This record gives sequence, C-alpha cells and structure tokens, in this order.
Amino acid sequence: MTDNTTGTHGAVLQDSAPAPDGPLVELRGAGKSYGNIRALHGVDLKVHAGRVTCVLGDNGAGKSTLIKIISGLHQHTEGEFLVDAQPVRFTTPREALDRGIATVYQDLATVPLMPVWRNFFLGSELTKGPWPLRRLDIARMKETADQELRHMGIVLDDLEQPIGTLSGGQRQCVAIARAVHFGARVLILDEPTAALGVKQSGVVLKYIAAARDRGLGVIFITHNPHHAYMVGDHFSVLRLGTLELSAERSGIGLEELTNHMAGGAELAALKHELAQVRGVDVEELPEEGDLSAPVATSPEGTP
Amino acid sequence: MSMAQQAEPAVGRPPASGPKPTDGRTARRPPALRLLARPEVGVFLGAVAVLVFFLITAPPVRDGSSMANILYQSSTIGIMALPVALLMIGGEFDLSSGVAVISSALTASMLSYQLTVNVWTGVVVALIVSLAIGAFNGWMVMKTGLPSFLVTLGTFLILQGANLAVTKLVTGNVATDDISDMDGFDQARKIFASSFDVGGVQVKITVLWWLVFAALATWVLLRTKYGNWIFAVGGDKDSARAVGVPVRFTKITLFMLVGFGAWFVGMHNLFSFNTVQSGEGVGQELIYIAAAVIGGCLLTGGYGSAIGPVFGAFMFGMVQQGIVYAGWNPDWFKAFLGVMLLGAVLINLWVQRTATRR
Repeated sequence: MTDNTTGTHGAVLQDSAPAPDGPLVELRGAGKSYGNIRALHGVDLKVHAGRVTCVLGDNGAGKSTLIKIISGLHQHTEGEFLVDAQPVRFTTPREALDRGIATVYQDLATVPLMPVWRNFFLGSELTKGPWPLRRLDIARMKETADQELRHMGIVLDDLEQPIGTLSGGQRQCVAIARAVHFGARVLILDEPTAALGVKQSGVVLKYIAAARDRGLGVIFITHNPHHAYMVGDHFSVLRLGTLELSAERSGIGLEELTNHMAGGAELAALKHELAQVRGVDVEELPEEGDLSAPVATSPEGTP
Repeated sequence: MSMAQQAEPAVGRPPASGPKPTDGRTARRPPALRLLARPEVGVFLGAVAVLVFFLITAPPVRDGSSMANILYQSSTIGIMALPVALLMIGGEFDLSSGVAVISSALTASMLSYQLTVNVWTGVVVALIVSLAIGAFNGWMVMKTGLPSFLVTLGTFLILQGANLAVTKLVTGNVATDDISDMDGFDQARKIFASSFDVGGVQVKITVLWWLVFAALATWVLLRTKYGNWIFAVGGDKDSARAVGVPVRFTKITLFMLVGFGAWFVGMHNLFSFNTVQSGEGVGQELIYIAAAVIGGCLLTGGYGSAIGPVFGAFMFGMVQQGIVYAGWNPDWFKAFLGVMLLGAVLINLWVQRTATRR
C-alpha cells in the first residue's frame, strides 16, 4: 500500500501496439449474484486490442455489474474471467489497473475540488527524493498532464483550476487521457456519452476511436445504439442480466441493433398491442421476423 | 434510420503540438482575486483584524510578555487543531479529541505513579494508547461506514466516563497525584512544557512545536502523495478508491494523527501542571473543530489548508486573552467564538461556490 511505484507509471503506449493473437480480456459464462439476486448470468465477452467492444443494455440490464467485475470493484461468483488467457480474480481496482485495465466511470472518478493535474495523477503520483523527503514531482506532473491532454486534443489554460469547473465532456476526456497515459491496454468506458450534449458526445466518440487506433482494447458501455454503431466493432446486448445478442459489426445493421436494444421481441409484441389502440402508428415498428441476428435465448427472459 | 452504413468514425489525429495554443476561454483572474480564493487568506485577514482590534482597545496586549502568553494560549489549541483540520480535509470528524487529551495525560501520570517507574515509560504507553484510540475510531468508521460523528461521539462518551471512573478507582480522587518528583520528569518537562527566552520575553516551547508541526503539516498536505490522498478521500471517497488511492489506510492514519496530537497536548498539560484533572477536556473538541473551520477547512471535506487553522487558533487565543487584557467579562469569549465561526462558515460557503462555478 505504501509502495505505489507500480510498473505502469509513465508507460507511454506506442502508437500501434503489437496485436496479440488472443483476446486481452475474456469472460466465459461469467455471472454475479448479490445474495439471492442474480444480477448477471452466463455472459461471454471478448476484448481484443485495437477493437471496440460495445456493451448495450437498458437500465438494470447488468451493464454496471459487468464492468465492476472487470474493473475489480466486485468479484464474479460464477464462470471465468481471464486476462491474457490467465484466470484472474481482482479484489481491488488497483490490481486491475496494474494489469492494464483502466475504467472511466460514469461519475468519472474525479475529485471536483482538486486541480486538474492532481486529478490526472491521483493514485499514481510521481515522486522524487529519498524517503523521508520524498515529495511530489509537481513540475513533471503538470508538464506530463498538459502534454497528454494536448495529445488528445484538449487544451486547458490553467491546470490549477479545480476539475469541477470543466464541462462534462472535458472531464470525460481528461479521464480518458489519464487512462491512456497510465498504460491502459483495456479501457472501460461506462456510459461516457449519457450526460452529454450532441457535440460533446461527438468529441468523446472521437477519443474512443483515437484510443482504439493507439492499440487499446475498448469496452464501450452505452444505451445509445447510434453512438455504439459509430465506433463499435463488436456488439453485445445485455437484457435482464444475460446476453441477448452478440454480433460482429459485419453481421448486424444499426436498425437491427436498435431493435434489439429497445427490447427486440418485446417491442414486436408491443406493436401488436399498440395496433389495437387507434391513433398509434405502428408501421415503422419492426416485426418479430425482422430480427434475424442470432438471438441468445435468455432463460430468465419474461416473454 | 438509414444513416447507418456511412457512420465510420472520424478519427482526429492528435494535433501537432507546436507553439502551445491556448483555450482562450478562461480569462486569467487578477492575482488579488486568486489570492482571496485561497482557503487561508480569509482567516489571515480575520486574525489581523482581531489583533489590530485588541492592540487598540487593550493596551496591555502591546506588551511582549502578553503576546507570548497569547501565543501560548493559541498553541495549545493550535497543536490539536492541525490534525483535526487534516482529518476534516480527509472528510471525517473526531469528537473525542478533547477528552482524548486528558485520557493520554491520565494514562501517563497514573501508570508512572502507580508503578513507580520512570515517567518516560508512562509517556510511551500514553502514546500507544492515544494512537490505539485513533486507530479504533478510524477502523470503526471505515468498517461500519457509519458517520464519524456518531462513532466518535461514542468514543467521546466512553473516554469521558472512563477518565473519571478509572481515575477515582486508582487514586480515590478526581485528580492524579503530583508526579513532579519522579525520575525523568525534568527531562520530559524540557521537551513538553519548558520556556525559552526571546529578547527578554519567556516564550513557551509549545509555540515552537506548534509552528514546527504546522510547517510539517503544510508540507505533507501540499507536497506529498499522502497529502494528495487526504484531499482525495475527503473530496470524493469512491472516486479516490476507484483510481487506486488506499482510502482505508489514509483515513485510519488521519485518525491516528489526531491521537498523536492528543498525546502531545496531554503530555504538555501533565508536565506543566504536574497533575491532571480527570473531568477536563469536555468541549475542547468543538474548539479544535471550530479553529479548523475558521481556518478555511470545509466541514464536508476535500478542501482546506494546514496554515489556515494556525491563524484560526491564533484568533481564538487572541480573543480569549484579549478579553481579559481589555478588562471585559471573560464570559463574552464564547459569544465572540460563535460570531467568528459563523463568519468563517459564510466565507467558506462563498469560496466553495466560486471554486466550483461552471
């Protein structure tokens, strides 16, 4: 705990990381129960370097539980969780970070009243000097933070300003830049565009693509299929704690993805109900037959 | 819905970093304004105002020895206000700090006297006991997730009761026996309760310790990793944990730091008065907290400084002694205290709003 000089410090990633054969992170039939509640069950997921894996799902579908397992906040209770083909079980977020898995949380994991540069290096501070006098290397931290932010296209005049004064999109980008700087190989983004406006969402999506092009494996959690389809290479849709759909980009269109996301089969059933009500136009809604992609039948799914 | 297939992402290559472009949206605020936003500036101005006020209204204050007395009064509050302030920046409270001072002094005094050992044995055991009380507070708060207000209120009552009961049980009296003729007493007194001479004025050594501790606390807070963690765990505990800050370690050690402060002040009390009244210390914890808050520490954590509480404690010492020197009824002290506290809280509120304004 006292020795925080972990190997990831200052590990600046090369622009094109060598693509390994296997996935960086893999879940095999993973699940999580809180007491008698099964929040997540039988989920398979693979994250490859230089690819964006999108995890979609409605509120309560189990997205947050999924990333909490991967980021080390919670432990899975069933199935397997592999990093570099080795089974792992993280007990703290620190362990996940040390394996190169960085998470940008919905609430961004920033401390609003602290300056930008302190937030950038929080938990992985650079120090200098021998022990009793070991102190923060403030000049180097400020310079590095400024460089990394500029590299991601974020220009801030004053790194001393509290991070709480930045806009939501800017804070998101600082958090992403931080994760990239600390040698993240896998970047988990928890609904990064949920609270943002149209233009800011675009900026964040650009950074997701930039991170992917730097060779990171990205897990992009969202409930917006349009955003997912902009950058995604693989799409997994969660529903009621299980995998409803798992498809490559080549195997699925935006419309279909949207339908799955919106509840797929449920929506088709709803269409028939709505058709009974006068004045509701159901022409645009999909039929059940339109859902051609492989639908994983969910055992807990209520029809 | 058919905009689908052309949705290939537009990847912006990072712009070439040439001469640094600026954002241009954040106008540089005038230095005076930026200075005012520092947590300790408000209290510094307040302390100066109080000093000037008493210099004018109470002529005896202008004397060197009265000033030394005021500084001494301030130092006994200030030494405790420092760890209490750090703890507050770290997002927690310690209501037991006042009686913990007495607990520490009682432990050292009774242990040395009853076992007839060198007082240093008592001093060391008292340190261990004080740190243990702090560790217990911290561990309980972290383990249960209860507000530290409740946990330390419990400790406060336990210690208050135990102080009286154990002292009566051991000595048959509410005060401990005089230990001034015991081995090591003079030595310990030199460190905890002696005086030194500055230009013909006797200054208590606690004033020196106070300033040394304040400098140390400032350095730790602003220049070390641990200081960074203090701000982080107070500002947003969950965020701090998520980025790898050892939250539990940081908070427990902060509580132990308060224990250390209680031990130091306890030892000072013991070696300057030779005996300890077991019922004292109640209410002091609020004085420490008030000094920290007046010193610009945010009650909710995450913001503050170590130098602010120094001025906060000085204001207290100044008012407390100044009222006496001015020949007023000392009962007014608490009323002054309340006014100062309210003023400080209002300034803090304003600062926080300014700092986080979008």
